[in-house]
Amino acid sequence: MTPVATTLHLPRAGTQRRSTSEPPWVRWLLITIALLFLTLFLFVPLIAVFAQGLNKGIGFYLKTLSDPLAWSAIKLTLIAAGISVPLNCVFGVCAAWAIAKFDFRGKNILLTLIDLPFSISPVISGMIYVLVFGAQGWLGLYMNADKPWFPWLAQWLNVHDFHIIFAVPGIVLATIFVTFPFVARELIPLMQAQGRTEEEAARVLGASGWQTFWRVTLPNIKWGLIYGVVLCNARAMGEFGAVSVVSGHIRGETNTIPLHVEILYNEYNFTGAFAVASVLAFLALITLALKLWAERKNAALHAASQ
Amino acid sequence: MKTLLNIGLVLALAVSANAKEIKLLNVSYDPTRELYQEYNDAFAKYWKTKTGDDVVVAQSHGGSGKQAQSVINGLGADVVTLALAYDIDAIAAQAKLLPANWGEKFPNNSTPYTSTIVFLVRKGNPKNIHNWDDLVKAGTSVVVPNPKTSGGARWAYLAAYAYALETFNHDDAKARAFIKQLYKNVPVLDSGARGSTVTFAQRGIGDVLLAWENEAHLASKEFGADKFDIVTPPLSILAEPPVALVTKNAKKHGTTEVANAYLNYLYSDEGQEIAAKNFYRPRNQAIATKYAANFTQLKLVTIDQEFGGWTKAQATHFADGGVFDQIFQPQN
Repeated sequence: MTPVATTLHLPRAGTQRRSTSEPPWVRWLLITIALLFLTLFLFVPLIAVFAQGLNKGIGFYLKTLSDPLAWSAIKLTLIAAGISVPLNCVFGVCAAWAIAKFDFRGKNILLTLIDLPFSISPVISGMIYVLVFGAQGWLGLYMNADKPWFPWLAQWLNVHDFHIIFAVPGIVLATIFVTFPFVARELIPLMQAQGRTEEEAARVLGASGWQTFWRVTLPNIKWGLIYGVVLCNARAMGEFGAVSVVSGHIRGETNTIPLHVEILYNEYNFTGAFAVASVLAFLALITLALKLWAERKNAALHAASQ
Repeated sequence: MKTLLNIGLVLALAVSANAKEIKLLNVSYDPTRELYQEYNDAFAKYWKTKTGDDVVVAQSHGGSGKQAQSVINGLGADVVTLALAYDIDAIAAQAKLLPANWGEKFPNNSTPYTSTIVFLVRKGNPKNIHNWDDLVKAGTSVVVPNPKTSGGARWAYLAAYAYALETFNHDDAKARAFIKQLYKNVPVLDSGARGSTVTFAQRGIGDVLLAWENEAHLASKEFGADKFDIVTPPLSILAEPPVALVTKNAKKHGTTEVANAYLNYLYSDEGQEIAAKNFYRPRNQAIATKYAANFTQLKLVTIDQEFGGWTKAQATHFADGGVFDQIFQPQN
């Protein structure tokens, strides 16, 4: 670091900075704005959730969470996410595979349909299920019909007091519907960018369709898929609107965590509401940690193979 | 693995649903949460000593109209305890889940307790609100839920309307102008009574909340008596929140007997006392006298006198294109 060396290197470093970046004050200004924004809209609310939840001490916090109603809400949320995420993972991969790797008529229509849950309000998604499966909807008409097709089926449904909405199946269905696009939307651009040359090569070398998928396509999309699953899971656990419409709000039976938060809030139990909300925040943090871990592992794998 | 675990959970849930305890679902309106939490425990004890069976009553709460719609759409209520008779009529008419004469099945038109609409104002009553005509003054912000979805909001609307009719010698045009002026002062319509209370009390919006009497008392208890004052206007409406057995659902679930007992026990001394403690006006005179301090005397008009019953009131005022739709313009 002699003065001579510095003078020697300066011109190059100086030119580089001038050609690739803004003056320092602009950079610092942008960084400060970004950090302030993040602090204000992300970190502070996140801390506030935990702080408010612990407002009345750890004892109250634990009591709220061990309440059977809270516990059943947590369980139901995990069930809904646990069913809808794997299913949407399969649906999403199928849809993305079909759209990115093949040409067929109606491809654009399929793409539009996949986006449908994004473009309509979740409340409407819930209403759809009420209209189809409600007691005044098609299912209700069928169950109460004088002469239904397959009378044994109608009878079985009636005897078992079969419910889709205002019961767990409706909540799962609504969750599947609103989280459907996440995996597919994540994979389609990725698979399109990767093209189909590797798959074609595999086929030419004699691999079956199944082998091509498992050995070529899946490894290529693995990280995109994991990312899609993470997003899908986050939305599945946090969904409020659609689930609220089909839930019926029966405590201990059809309440998910977000609905339970609303109930506690409406019962003037604000600390309890934040305590349960912190569980949701905690689950989200775990999801993020998993994603980070997956990315690190991927990077390490790549580094090792080079 | 996760899926397997979850399937296991679902199965476990399904099995536990078959366990031998009686389950009832009470679909109720918004502000009755605390009342029925207390009453359910009392009834479970009573039923246990009487029959030896355990009974667990699940609760569902929301705006009365919305709750009725859910029952119509298949929410499996054994009993409904709603804010007003019209909503139960709707269940009887549209889904035929209970007979049209459900109101005759229990004493006092199937209304075990009554209530009324009062004002909740900020401590010290800074806007000096004492009667309904104080609500239409410029600069007074009034919080009340949406009468399309909330039963309490319909009672509040009708109470204001009844006041206007009495004041203007039953001149309907003047009463309408009064109501229009009042709803001009409403900044936000929540879907249920509890939502409005939270808007007023927690979010600090508005100068006065038009609330169920019990809701006003509960809010001042929850938030501290130093925050709010309850103002009882000289005239209001006799609100009758009825109860009914949803016969078809109860029959399907095999719960007719216990559901009937559940509603009947509301009329018992213990049931009436729990209602009075939660600021619902009990039917039982002895208990009403005992808790007289909870309830300010005022002139109460009934919906039958002023509006010719619920069916007519609903059609005139709250149906699509009715008076409420004509007078209410959302503010931006």
